[in-house]
Amino acid sequence: MSTLEIKDLHVSVILDDENTKPILKGVNLTINSGEIHAIMGPNGSGKSTLASTVAGHPKYQVDSGEILLDGEDVTAMSVDERARAGLFLAMQYPVEIPGVTMSNFLRSAKTAIDGEAPALRTWTKDVKNAMGELKIDPDFVSRNVNEGFSGGEKKRHEILQLELLRPKFAILDETDSGLDIDALQVVSEGVNRAHQGNEMGVMLITHYTRILRYIKPDFVHVFVDGKVADQGGAELADRLEEEGYVNYLKGAAA
Amino acid sequence: MTDQIKAEKTEASEKVDGVVVGESRPAIPGMDQEGEKLSPDLATDDTIRARRSANAGSDSQVMHSRAERPWSFDVADFSLPTGREEEWRFSPVKQLQRVFEDVASEDREGDPAAEYTLDVPEGWDAGTLADGQEPRDTVLRPADRAAVVGSANAGPARYVRIPENAERREPVTVRIAGRDAERRSNSHLVIEAGANSHTTVVIEHTGSSLHNGNVETLVREGATLTLISLQRWDEDAVHVGQHDAEVGKDASYKHIAVTLGGRIVRLNSNVRYADEGGSAQMFGLYYADSGQHLEHRSFVDHNAPRNTSNVLYKGALQGEGARTVWVGDVLIQKEAEGTDSYEKNQNLVLTDGARADSVPNLEIETGVIEGAGHASTTGQMDDEHLWYLMARGIPEKQARRLVVRGFLNEIVQQIRVPELEESLMEAFEAELALSDN
Repeated sequence: MSTLEIKDLHVSVILDDENTKPILKGVNLTINSGEIHAIMGPNGSGKSTLASTVAGHPKYQVDSGEILLDGEDVTAMSVDERARAGLFLAMQYPVEIPGVTMSNFLRSAKTAIDGEAPALRTWTKDVKNAMGELKIDPDFVSRNVNEGFSGGEKKRHEILQLELLRPKFAILDETDSGLDIDALQVVSEGVNRAHQGNEMGVMLITHYTRILRYIKPDFVHVFVDGKVADQGGAELADRLEEEGYVNYLKGAAA
Repeated sequence: MTDQIKAEKTEASEKVDGVVVGESRPAIPGMDQEGEKLSPDLATDDTIRARRSANAGSDSQVMHSRAERPWSFDVADFSLPTGREEEWRFSPVKQLQRVFEDVASEDREGDPAAEYTLDVPEGWDAGTLADGQEPRDTVLRPADRAAVVGSANAGPARYVRIPENAERREPVTVRIAGRDAERRSNSHLVIEAGANSHTTVVIEHTGSSLHNGNVETLVREGATLTLISLQRWDEDAVHVGQHDAEVGKDASYKHIAVTLGGRIVRLNSNVRYADEGGSAQMFGLYYADSGQHLEHRSFVDHNAPRNTSNVLYKGALQGEGARTVWVGDVLIQKEAEGTDSYEKNQNLVLTDGARADSVPNLEIETGVIEGAGHASTTGQMDDEHLWYLMARGIPEKQARRLVVRGFLNEIVQQIRVPELEESLMEAFEAELALSDN
């Protein structure tokens, strides 16, 4: 049983050497193992900033507040330490890395996370099986990381890594955006497998309710202007589906 | 050389595409700048000046076009470079004087300046072509002083003809081993890939020499040819050369230049097309250490419609005074409708004190094209690459190692000859170890 706690978190984006702009203005959120939390909200409300900050992207600066993983201060950890501690960010825009093959990358990541190289035989089989489930062509292991992948292929590879690396908590940053209905289903099944098999906690960031038909949230949080404006159970998502964010935006402006 | 061919050459040397290039030429139009720009507004450098071309329509603002660059088989048409010429301004011309000299190879009885080994499969033609004997000199047009003295002094060209429809997985290797850093060697290689053949040819340069080597390549209709030129010279070698290729109808040509060794290496790699449906890929990879000058120039001449080209040169530099130059020209001529072209140069600067020059030039004379783009980056590692790897738990030092090797490997992967790829990555490991990468 693990807990990811975010307490009164204030974060700014670093624009250049001199300027920063506050984005998160006091976020409180606690996720326990096995729970699925959907973070919803309009564009620009700070959802992706929260995801990148937890994972440690250098563009974001924590002004105050805490991020704790089982009581440990996450903000004091380097990016790789956070990943090894059990955090995983499925990125919205995974970068292409020329010349580094998927197989080399996956093995390097698995070795880093586990602290030892995976047994070659089972590893190859695990990768092959996981790729099969996600309907990824086996040839992709010899291609370079994300190079020439379509938007949907990149997202499926993020989930492939999620399944192979078995984190304690996964943050999915708009993993559903740009996916057609078949890909959305395949990706959702992958998340559900990792969730069930591993008691993984999930922070599911999305703009739309569509993915929530496949991944059932235990909690829904509505993000507006850098903080949680409302929260509830799965029924809150249904209401957002009908009403949109317009009521919250009025409130923020007032 | 027959009189007829000689006559043609003389004719050619006087006028090229309407531009006078002979001795009487007026200050060589187009020679003072290479940086072709689409619009005079883009000219930020005072060496770039717009001018109205004598052979252009009165309403068209034509600047020095790459197409106007003179070429000639006559040594007298190219005076000794001073370093002020556009095409020599990045080069250490003082140190290149000996490869500009109009002299024969310094071969001795039983001891050639450079030794040649050709591993050619049975049944293939491999021989020599005398000066002016076709297909020699049908594709390669010497475009600077170095190339013209190389061409004039090479003697019989070494000729490899890949038979029509030949398919071969193993590469054909031409080894050129220099024997003495003080001895001049001139060389002319002609490679003809017969129609619908599929092959890889490797030219491997080792040892040391003052080497002036031209390579002339014909890729016939439907053929696929990968031509890999490896510069694995000793550290005191000097190498200048021009590699010209003509890509036939529906043919594919891949040229890969990999330069690790040599004190000064300066290679011009040029491509044009015989017809439509051709594809040219030009890759380069260079790794410069302290004291090395590695210069690569590429020119894709889209002189015919519906052909594609992709140019990617990558370099790594380390150490005080490590120096690299890349100048990439792409010309899309008026008749080259349906062209799709892209060129990119990336340099990874691993230590202080190194200098990389990168000049992409794109010149477009028709708007009816599929695409044309260019990009150039010089600097340190991409932080987003490190971020992605570290976000998967990979420690920073290891992530850096992966990214640097990946940077080089992107070109090495194009070779598709496993032993060669392995041997090059080993050589790069040794280089990287020097700068603790």
